[in-house]
Amino acid sequence: MSYLELLKLAAPEAVVVISALVVLAIGLTSRRATAVAGVSLAKPPTRTGSATAATGWCSLVAALGVVIAIAAVLVLPRNASLFGGMLVITPLTSLFKIICLVLAFFTVCLARSEKSLRHPGEYLAIILLATVGLMLLVGSEELLMIFIGLELLGLSLYMMAAFDKTDVRSAEAGLKYFLFGSTSSAFTLFGISLIYGMSGSTGLASISEKLAAAPVQPLLATGIIMTLIGFAFKIAAAPFHLWAPDAYQGAPIPSAGFIASGSKVASFVVLGKIVLVGFGPAHGSSAWHAMAAGWSPILAVLAALSILIGNLVALAQTNVRRLLAYSAVAHAGYTLLGLVAGGRDGFSATLFYATVYAITLVGAFAVIAVVRSESGGDDLENFSGLAARTPLLAGCMAIFMFSLAGIPPLAGFFGKFYLFSAALRAGGDHGLLWLVALALFGSFVSLYYYLIVLKAIFVDQPSPTAQALAHVSSDLLQRIIVTLLAAAILFFGIMPDILASRILAAVP
Amino acid sequence: MIAWTIYLTFTGAVVLLLLPGVFARWIALVTTLTGLALGIVEFFRMPIAELAHFTTIVSVPWVPALGMNYHLAIDGVSLTMILVTGTSAVSTVLFSWDVDHRQREFFFWLLLVVGGCYGVFLSADLFLFFAFYELVIVPKYFLIAIFGSTNKEYGAMKLTLYSFFGGMLVFAGILVAYVTAGSLDLTQLAQFHFNPQLQSWAFPVLFLGFAVLAGIWPLHTWAPTGHVAAPTAGSMLLAGIVMKLGSYAGLRVAMNLFPEGFQLWSKWIAALAVIGVVYAAAVALRQRDLKFVIGYSSVSHMGFVLLGLATANALGVSGAVLQMFSHGVIAALLFAVAGRMLYRRTHTRDLDALSGMDLSRALPFAAFTFVIASAASMGIPGFSGFAAEITILIGAWKTYPIAVWITGAGMVLAAAFTLRALVKSFFGEVRIQTGRVPTDVDWEEQSITLPEKCGACLLMFATLVVGLYPKLLLDRIMPAVEAMRFLK
Repeated sequence: MSYLELLKLAAPEAVVVISALVVLAIGLTSRRATAVAGVSLAKPPTRTGSATAATGWCSLVAALGVVIAIAAVLVLPRNASLFGGMLVITPLTSLFKIICLVLAFFTVCLARSEKSLRHPGEYLAIILLATVGLMLLVGSEELLMIFIGLELLGLSLYMMAAFDKTDVRSAEAGLKYFLFGSTSSAFTLFGISLIYGMSGSTGLASISEKLAAAPVQPLLATGIIMTLIGFAFKIAAAPFHLWAPDAYQGAPIPSAGFIASGSKVASFVVLGKIVLVGFGPAHGSSAWHAMAAGWSPILAVLAALSILIGNLVALAQTNVRRLLAYSAVAHAGYTLLGLVAGGRDGFSATLFYATVYAITLVGAFAVIAVVRSESGGDDLENFSGLAARTPLLAGCMAIFMFSLAGIPPLAGFFGKFYLFSAALRAGGDHGLLWLVALALFGSFVSLYYYLIVLKAIFVDQPSPTAQALAHVSSDLLQRIIVTLLAAAILFFGIMPDILASRILAAVP
Repeated sequence: MIAWTIYLTFTGAVVLLLLPGVFARWIALVTTLTGLALGIVEFFRMPIAELAHFTTIVSVPWVPALGMNYHLAIDGVSLTMILVTGTSAVSTVLFSWDVDHRQREFFFWLLLVVGGCYGVFLSADLFLFFAFYELVIVPKYFLIAIFGSTNKEYGAMKLTLYSFFGGMLVFAGILVAYVTAGSLDLTQLAQFHFNPQLQSWAFPVLFLGFAVLAGIWPLHTWAPTGHVAAPTAGSMLLAGIVMKLGSYAGLRVAMNLFPEGFQLWSKWIAALAVIGVVYAAAVALRQRDLKFVIGYSSVSHMGFVLLGLATANALGVSGAVLQMFSHGVIAALLFAVAGRMLYRRTHTRDLDALSGMDLSRALPFAAFTFVIASAASMGIPGFSGFAAEITILIGAWKTYPIAVWITGAGMVLAAAFTLRALVKSFFGEVRIQTGRVPTDVDWEEQSITLPEKCGACLLMFATLVVGLYPKLLLDRIMPAVEAMRFLK
């Protein structure tokens, strides 16, 4: 194999890296220009003018880079594998690279409208680097490469969370996310080293062969558990979810949106590949009448805890972002159901649900961004009377919340049906009924808090402060994004086959 | 062609969001009228023989990987429900004619409920069916929480959570049926033999989930609170159509899929139904709020439906379907008088306050309507209520003679609370007057409007026609019921 081939197969990643560098360069030069202007006592309007111009250029280049990368993914060959699985290309990886890039695109758009960020060039560059991390994660079947992807993604996200230097909460979010994240990375790395030591390989396929050949050694089991714990941090499954509320609430909104969407989708893709491809033979069973040791009971317990804790704690929240964080914990629980079920059906249900969830959350965060810039906060009371202020956003937020609650005809409803039916089918003689029943109970509870958000939006009268601030200029771009995402949720709800059949065809 | 009821209603809902608010009520009226017209045309066009089984109208693959089809079908039972949906929907729009606050939203949510109901009654695919079923739940929350009156946010939330709780049970039951049989098609599922052990626990889960919406005792408490909190249109829709979703679904899905489970549990359903009839009637007797009286009477009448279903013979079940039609019309009429004709003008629903106002003189048309509605509700021969309840009782006599005796006592109670409400609200003695009363200056401007008259006449016409000639519907219902599996 030649470097030319490597470059060809890694073209999408390369494009994103190059655009990150260009964005960084633009950011640097424009900042110097403003600094010079500041020295020469130019008037403030000129400074902000040039700053926004720089933001515009940066985000344009970033968006363009992402779009070109999507095009590059589309022209990749159907199947390829380099360096023993370090970089693989299958229909699955291509599909999810595209999904991650689309999510990154929306995050870039969100970042463009975010006014609290100084240094937009650096911020956008970090988003792009995080996107590269996502793509590496998705496109690898080798533990070391996966770890590198995780670290690239993680480090970028820590910075993104702490990026708003004027806000204490942002620093808190960044620090908490960093502390939890680095611990989880340590767990993952330790687990990987044990697995490597016991199986003699870091490639998922050969680990699977080793596992199938001999009964699982205790040390190998430890390695598997450690790796799973690392990923449980990443997807914010209880009891490893404690960073999520602060990160969701404190981080700048585009960062929070990206943590909730892109990072989650990619983590589920990788987790699914690791457990189903790599650890496949150690599946075990989590059916209530036939429990057997393996990774699936562990994931089942994580799922059950996440559904319970996430939903019950979310009931008591008054801040919408915090509420979404706890609901994210619950959704991580639902999504795990597909992996617990295992098999092609379960995996594709998980991927469908994770994708739809990611789209929904980007949209919800986009609405929150508008509300925050209009009324200065994201508590429930800032949302009161939103329907009267901006009916379009209120309607879109209703679509997002109902999709999360699983109300037809939205994508979340189909996703839940797909997920739960896959789980129920897998257990054999309704073995996973306990988990499905728990998940159904969880989604019953969840309707209450989603309705509380919508009650604030549609039923409550706007508070006087919110009314006074109601006419702050609102960004056309943000409106377009929100509408697009809401339309996508509705579309995938009515025509789920378009996404579901693609995922099902791509899953090996 | 009947499938257009669904498409038109949803299209109407979207269109009225896009146009200025002044058009909203006209669009809603045109949409619902078209729906009713389509139903009536279908009623006369469809040969009775074809209504005897679930005849496919449309069947298109939807999500082939999961076996989901967009499959609509119709039989005599569905057609009856389509007709009551159309009738209630039209009169609901007429009785909401002067909604002046957030009109577009109001009629949007209203049409969503109506469209969802059409969808449920026509679905022949379990997933499609469930999607429509759940779709109906959410708009009710907004209708009540935004436009309602007494204690509206509490009532709305309670109703929504109860419905969604039922929905979750249904979800579980549907998943079990789907995973076991590997199909979502109702006609195929109705031929699949589920093993008796599975039926014995899957049936109660599924049926209870549906029965929550039908107001089964003791899970009925959402109904009176919800009815009282809801705006008039909301109560009319709730009592008129939405509660029927539960009983219809119990018949179409739960009983048809799990016949042996049904045999096992039918006596318990009958017991709960009878308790519901008597208990709700007794509670209604003690209420002071007119809407609470009607709310509990709804629960009582829905008890008849459940009793009819539990009889497990063609006569009883057909009676239950007829009662769904009849109660849909009568409850809508009662709520229209209480919520719309009285409350809008007097601003009170307290029976003691109303009894001092001499309303039969001030609002003769309202009094006339209420007398008709009460008579129908009490089960006076000549109205649809009588035809339906007598059919149910004859059916029940074969299976549960004791239940008939107890229900008979419940009917006496029903007559008592209806007469009490009627006398107190319209024919009370004139005493000291409180609240807005007929002697106020602008009272004259508040005479019964034309839309109200049209709506009331439509409903009265429906109950009279079916009451005088029940064969019109029964001829279509009976064969369809006889074709169902649980009778065999």
